[in-house]
Amino acid sequence: MSKKIITLHVNGKDREVMIDERESLYETLRNELNLTSVKKGCEVGECGACSVLLNGRCVDSCIYLTMWAVGKDIVTVEGLRDEENDDITDVQKEFIKEAAVQCGFCTPGFILKAVEIVGHNKPYTRDEIKKLITGNLCRCTGYMNIVTAIEHAIKHNMDKLGVPYEVMPSTTSFDVPEDEKDKMLESLLAMQNNDVTKI
Amino acid sequence: MNYIGKSNLRVDAYGKVTGKAKYTADLAPKDSLIAKVLHSTIANGEVISMDVSAAKKVPGVVGVFTCFDVPDVEFPTAGHPWSTDPKHQDIADKKLLNQRVRFYGDDIAAVVAENDVAASQALKLIKVEYKEYPVHTDARSMLNDKDAMALHPNWRKDNVIAHTSFKSSDDFDYDKAKLKAIEEYGEENLIEVVKNVKTPRISHCHIELPVSYAYVDSNGKVTVVASTQLPHICRRVVAQALNIPWGKVRVIKPYIGGGFGNKQDMLYEPLNAWLSVKCGGKPVILEIPREDTMIGTRTRHPMDGDVRGLATKDGKLLCRELKNYSTNGGYAAHGHSITAKCAGIFQNLYKNPLGVNSEAWTVWTNAPTSAAMRAYGVPQAVSFAETLTDDICFKGGFDPLKFRLDNLCDENLVAGGVKFYTYGLKKCLEIGAEKIDWYKKREAYKNQIGPIRKGVGICSFIYQTAVAPIALETASVRMILNQDGSMQLSLGATEIGQGADTVFTQIAAESTGISPDKVYVISTQDTDVTPFDTGAYGSRQTYVTGNAIKECGLLLKKKICEYALLMEDEDGIKGKKLEDLDVSDNYVIDKNTMEKLIPLDKLSTTAFYSFTHNQHITAEKTTDITTNTFASGCTFVDLEVDMPLGIINIKDIISVHDSGTIINPALATAQVHGGMSMSLGYGMSEELILDPVTGKAYNNNMLDYKIPTAMDSPDFKVEFVVMKDPTGGYGNKALGEPPTVAPAVAVRNAVLNATGIGFNEFPLTAERLVHEFKAKGLI
Ligand code: FES
Ligand code: FES
Repeated sequence: MSKKIITLHVNGKDREVMIDERESLYETLRNELNLTSVKKGCEVGECGACSVLLNGRCVDSCIYLTMWAVGKDIVTVEGLRDEENDDITDVQKEFIKEAAVQCGFCTPGFILKAVEIVGHNKPYTRDEIKKLITGNLCRCTGYMNIVTAIEHAIKHNMDKLGVPYEVMPSTTSFDVPEDEKDKMLESLLAMQNNDVTKI
Repeated sequence: MNYIGKSNLRVDAYGKVTGKAKYTADLAPKDSLIAKVLHSTIANGEVISMDVSAAKKVPGVVGVFTCFDVPDVEFPTAGHPWSTDPKHQDIADKKLLNQRVRFYGDDIAAVVAENDVAASQALKLIKVEYKEYPVHTDARSMLNDKDAMALHPNWRKDNVIAHTSFKSSDDFDYDKAKLKAIEEYGEENLIEVVKNVKTPRISHCHIELPVSYAYVDSNGKVTVVASTQLPHICRRVVAQALNIPWGKVRVIKPYIGGGFGNKQDMLYEPLNAWLSVKCGGKPVILEIPREDTMIGTRTRHPMDGDVRGLATKDGKLLCRELKNYSTNGGYAAHGHSITAKCAGIFQNLYKNPLGVNSEAWTVWTNAPTSAAMRAYGVPQAVSFAETLTDDICFKGGFDPLKFRLDNLCDENLVAGGVKFYTYGLKKCLEIGAEKIDWYKKREAYKNQIGPIRKGVGICSFIYQTAVAPIALETASVRMILNQDGSMQLSLGATEIGQGADTVFTQIAAESTGISPDKVYVISTQDTDVTPFDTGAYGSRQTYVTGNAIKECGLLLKKKICEYALLMEDEDGIKGKKLEDLDVSDNYVIDKNTMEKLIPLDKLSTTAFYSFTHNQHITAEKTTDITTNTFASGCTFVDLEVDMPLGIINIKDIISVHDSGTIINPALATAQVHGGMSMSLGYGMSEELILDPVTGKAYNNNMLDYKIPTAMDSPDFKVEFVVMKDPTGGYGNKALGEPPTVAPAVAVRNAVLNATGIGFNEFPLTAERLVHEFKAKGLI
């Protein structure tokens, strides 16, 4: 086996790792760097659970050689942070608020894809969002709330850019008003911020 | 109610969006050995010999184990509660590795190695010599071959796991009933439909693969950390397979990435445990690749049913019959229970004034094992019943909505000890019809020609909440008050993505008066620590475990109030009696005046550290539920069919559910979305196809097996008819599985409305549509 020491730029830091030249980025991130948010659903590029951001674009890390990632900016969900507000990102907040998470196994992949999509700074329609996320599979949600969460995250961004953007109105009579969801999120985050891991 | 009916955010959402939530594979020790399984490349026969010498020589290989090495123990794999009555025990027909091969992909050997590459290389070097027998991949062909070899001769010589016949009365006979109807109404006044319906083999496709790791701990306990829906049952089955005392096994269940019934069976946990034992108790991880998961774990039963139905010309349904052949695959797993449930729902969905017969065969075949999948035989039941209804309506010129309102079962239905304690089925139909604008669209879509045709369709269903009285329904819950007035909630029921931990938190908060943010639900089950519960299946947990949480919560509250009476120095306590006190919003209060008396944090700290009245306030409760109530609902769909391309475009789709009180509407809605999506897969794109000659699967990967992607998924509409059910803890009924039942058939019925063609084979792929349209001269 040909082992090699390389440096990867992961979640904002240079990390030196010893790898087998043949190994996938999926394997390196999980096995060497313990970034377990990178999930496996197929290992052949079908499901998107192993998505990571490479220079801002999502790739399936299970079919991407680690060697190819040298010199690139790698981001996993562990590395996502709204630095300005010292908080989780809008995308993550919207996934919580819009009940876009169920078993959560596809979630890291979808969140990274959503970060990429929001980063395009474009006022995508729901159909365009669906097309953009179609390489990520989810078996729990039927995608509906995922699309809604992404729409809402785009809305925050469009508001910042001053571009008018409308999200789809709720399709059920049981929906909770946005401000109520915001309040619940606030208290949920407050609970998390008491978390000793953050003090 | 303070916390029931509120759309609380998921308690586990933060962990899941930040990548902190840990699943089985994330927790395996770094030095775990890697196991891989060798699958048979024949569908029926025997392994005569295996040569493992080359495999053993691969550097890094620790052990190679074959079907000749495993204990001579056959064990049951179904996630059912154990029965102490041998007659009701699950069929024990599977060994850890099988020398007698029953399907293409059967487990015949395993390799354990220090790394993945070595394990894979060794697998390839195992040489297998087989003796082959003729193959029958489906139930009918197995039954039609009178000389077919018994796959499990110790159990049955004819490969029939079970055959049942549910009749409205013992002497019911469809043909006799028909003669009676002819006599009464005259043949010219009757409508009859006779046909065959086939449903597909479906793969669960939970995104997390089946995975476990096992080790023997320092006290000799065989420990399995597993992605399972039912840790306590898993413990029992691992012990049975290894033939060791049940207490010697410990099963731990972290977060799981979906199960949908596949992980309601013991898949590879017993083999994993045995491999660890054989490797000196070292940690061994066993993750099943997607391709093997789709054939080697479980699938939804393909069913093949002959149905008949008779109605009068003025739209009165008279009698029906189903003869259903259910392909169970190589191993019994859940046995006949799924086909039996299918038969029961077919029988009871409608009133059958002249009677009904619902007959079913479950058959061992040379195919992947079929077992539980979300909604347990009911998607198939409505595929039979609700396509029959629409064909009768089409033939008789009846409005399918009105026909249903007239003929569906009513609130008086009692079946196998299950009844509607609250009945919302017809209300669901009315709401759905209004939202989709049923009558107007039926009118507008008459007499269409041209390449794009529009249609609306309905499918309705009923669904048992939980499994009583057929099976035991039991749940245990433990609550522990902390020094600061918060509490731990510990239960054997499992979070599998459906949102159980969040609704459990809400129920605990409602019953104790401790606010949800102070309820710490312990999400990980550990059979050494966690109280007993049979686990996540049958849409049972919010009903069965929910009741136990409520009872436990009321007990904890009583203990808190009793302790409050000991704190006599507190203002307002003196002279109070137990019946005056309650707990609300983290305070002991005076029930009559609503005055806040003692904050819970103060009470708890006092209880823990008092020299005079020292007490650690805890409560534990086991409840078993013997009632069972029907949930129900329907789906309406409005769609367009592109005739030349055979493509179905859903324009509008709405599901309406009668599930009692909705504990958390936002999560319930999300749950319905997922079920609708899964049903559309069954209806339009999903089918695991086997070669009938070799038994080999053609499309056991997620590229060729088509679960819906985001682009295939319309925006779903969801409504609930809320009625408080007297038997549910807080009025709730089943909701986990029901959403997966109706949408597929509503689509099929809408296609019938649009094109005049009633498809009887699911899924309705473009290929099937074009083929049929051509045959009928429509394109
Ligand atoms: S695990 Fe990489 S795409 Fe499925
Ligand atoms: S939330 Fe379970 S797979 Fe998407």
